[in-house]
Amino acid sequence: MIVEVLSWTCLLAGGLLGIIGGIGMHRFPDFYTRLHAAGTTDTLCAALFLLGLGLQAGLTLASFKLFLIFAFIFFTSPTASHSLANAAMLGGLKPKLSNSGSSSND
Amino acid sequence: MRTIITAVLIFAFWLLLSGHTEPLLIVLGVISSLLTIFLASRMKVIDGESYPIEMLPRLFKYYFFLAKEIVLANLDVIKRILKPGKSISPKVIRLPAKKHSDLSKVIYANSITLTPGTVTMDLANNELQIHALAEEAADDLAMGRMADTIPDDEKSAS
Repeated sequence: MIVEVLSWTCLLAGGLLGIIGGIGMHRFPDFYTRLHAAGTTDTLCAALFLLGLGLQAGLTLASFKLFLIFAFIFFTSPTASHSLANAAMLGGLKPKLSNSGSSSND
Repeated sequence: MRTIITAVLIFAFWLLLSGHTEPLLIVLGVISSLLTIFLASRMKVIDGESYPIEMLPRLFKYYFFLAKEIVLANLDVIKRILKPGKSISPKVIRLPAKKHSDLSKVIYANSITLTPGTVTMDLANNELQIHALAEEAADDLAMGRMADTIPDDEKSAS
């Protein structure tokens, strides 16, 4: 029962984070900032999903495999993000920077 | 020594993925693990860089630290996404990579990318070029709390 509640909390929170990441991708102004928004879905969202599913599966081989998926995402997603950012930079895409006047009008 | 540890790890990995305990399948598993080790050693990829076994305890400690950082950074980015009006102040900064081995540099750059709100754009000449979503995130990185926690293996040049 407690496990059930915990696992559904994780799954729902993960889903919510995915939606928020999507909103962020539409709200942020340029490619690099959108990459950050996608980063939330990459990390915490995926981790919460897999944790939720792992709690459903219990201590079995299935949950070990879920953990492996988590580990692979953990190692490959920064590589993918980095190569995207690096390709954009080498392609000459200039990031929109905030003027360091720090006053938040705009 | 490293080869033996790697062989044991690969066989344990096979066992956990397959879940079989019948003698015939175990023997087949051992054979395929040994074949993998044979191929890997012929490719000369069993070294401190692909299997940083002596770094493992420190790496585990570091991953706990990193997990906490990722959760905190996530909450920060979520706040910025949901806050109405202008909530971000993108910034590109350059940081020294302070680490000795290539592996530690890569771990550092990957950790920065993995933490939402900061992405490593380039790693060259011991310098990282980082795009940060907000000035606070950039300042936090520049303080070097993460850089100091990353295990560095200057001595293990096997």
